[in-house]
Amino acid sequence: MTGVAVVGAAETTELGKIPHLSQMQLHADAALNAMADAGLTAKDIDGIATAGERPTDLAYYLGITPTWVDGTSVGGCSFMLHVRHAVAAIASGQCTTVLITHGESGRSGVGRSGFPRAPASLAGQFEVPFGPMGPPTMFTLPVLRYMKDYGMTHEQLAMVAVVQREWASMNPRASFQEEITVDDVLNSKMIAYPFHLLECCLVTDGGGALILTKADRAADFPQPPVHILGTGESVETPMISQMDDLTSSRAFKVAGSFAMRDAGISHAEVDHLMVYDAFAHLPIYGLEDLGFCKKGEAADFIWEQNTAPGGCLPMNTNGGGLSYMHSGMYGMYALQESVRQIRGTAPAQVKDANVSLCLGVGGMFGASGCIVFGKEPK
Amino acid sequence: MDKPTRSLPQPTPETQHFWEGTQAEQLLLQRCTQCTHTYFPPRPFCPSCSSRSVEVYAASGRATLASYVINQRPHPAFDGPYAIALVDLEEGPRMMTNIVECAQTPEALQLDMPLEVRFEQVSEDIKLPLFAPAKIAPAKIAPAGESK
Ligand SMILES: [Zn+2]
Repeated sequence: MTGVAVVGAAETTELGKIPHLSQMQLHADAALNAMADAGLTAKDIDGIATAGERPTDLAYYLGITPTWVDGTSVGGCSFMLHVRHAVAAIASGQCTTVLITHGESGRSGVGRSGFPRAPASLAGQFEVPFGPMGPPTMFTLPVLRYMKDYGMTHEQLAMVAVVQREWASMNPRASFQEEITVDDVLNSKMIAYPFHLLECCLVTDGGGALILTKADRAADFPQPPVHILGTGESVETPMISQMDDLTSSRAFKVAGSFAMRDAGISHAEVDHLMVYDAFAHLPIYGLEDLGFCKKGEAADFIWEQNTAPGGCLPMNTNGGGLSYMHSGMYGMYALQESVRQIRGTAPAQVKDANVSLCLGVGGMFGASGCIVFGKEPK
Repeated sequence: MDKPTRSLPQPTPETQHFWEGTQAEQLLLQRCTQCTHTYFPPRPFCPSCSSRSVEVYAASGRATLASYVINQRPHPAFDGPYAIALVDLEEGPRMMTNIVECAQTPEALQLDMPLEVRFEQVSEDIKLPLFAPAKIAPAKIAPAGESK
């Protein structure tokens, strides 16, 4: 255990299409909701972490005078890294109460800063000239290799989206709730072979925020604490072409194994799993790199409904980036779902969810952060 | 000749030799003289052992197809769907590229198929290394270290 707990957690009031709010206000809306959840105001916050916007801008906008600041920005899992850094900062006395925010006008593009790749960067020189057009044509690049090496079929890849839609059908805030079949997925528009539309994440607007403090203060807050049992982080490469192994994420392995060791838990103790799913192959890589499945077996594991409602390892229970929402930096929503499951307040609540593991990805297999949450401090 | 609508690489002092190499139709790699590790993309030190003692040499230009996607969305530099490919060079490093002289279909693009480098002029200063299906079976090709 880390001695630190989540005492406030919330998403933006709305999710989906929010053209009437700027990206900065999405951060603020989520932050205000999280402060209300914790019974705090900006005056109680002395640590701030964010990505997508600068922590300076956000602290000023919200009226926070921090003694600790973290602007780590490694893509969609930045918030996992913020949680990890906040745990260390709180434990060492650099601050007492940390606010972590995310907001992204991913769909409406209101007040959004872009992510240009400079022509002189390594990716700008050795990837961009060959015509990749964003994540659907880059994050997906390793998958044919995985399919050939491990015999995964197109149907199995499609099943990832089908199972996650099952979860989304139980979630009134999910963008897509209507159940789908493998055929529906395979008949959806081809985006970048072998990926169909329904195997790619949504593009939506939204935000979320977390508030962390020392677990021994948790009794002072209205919500039951969600203990942070262990954390891990790593980075690999800014270029998908340069992954060590096209069938595995080194950052997943490093971050995941560190977090589990840090938490002192075994795989059998994990009741609930979140694996950042920007595309349908990510849960397959995540299950294997975390060690829940042997290499080459995760697609069968999902096909056999082990991660579906009623299965032995409920995964991506909000519907995931494929069906719930995906603003661009989805990691915050995965963390929010882990917190809801441990609190017992999730729309598709898993019975006896005492330990939840949340694995994030950043860039395109560029970075990873992993957080293990628990109902008890352990 | 490609349409002038690709994003063009902007060489840095550390990558200049690579782009001068492609202009001369050579695919240049770097190798550590301490630990013999061959690596890509270019940098003036070895990412395996941190030695600054490295040398540049010409790769064979032979590779195999490691993975790809076929992008269906229109791109101004390509006519219709096109493959963005990862190829494993004979010398070890992997690089992103496009596959030319080949239909852009799953049937034509078979993983592990042998490929050989082509150089395509995309601006006055830049030739991009692209790859085509190998014309000769890999075993019968001349020894490594030569370029065309
Ligand atoms: Zn070396």
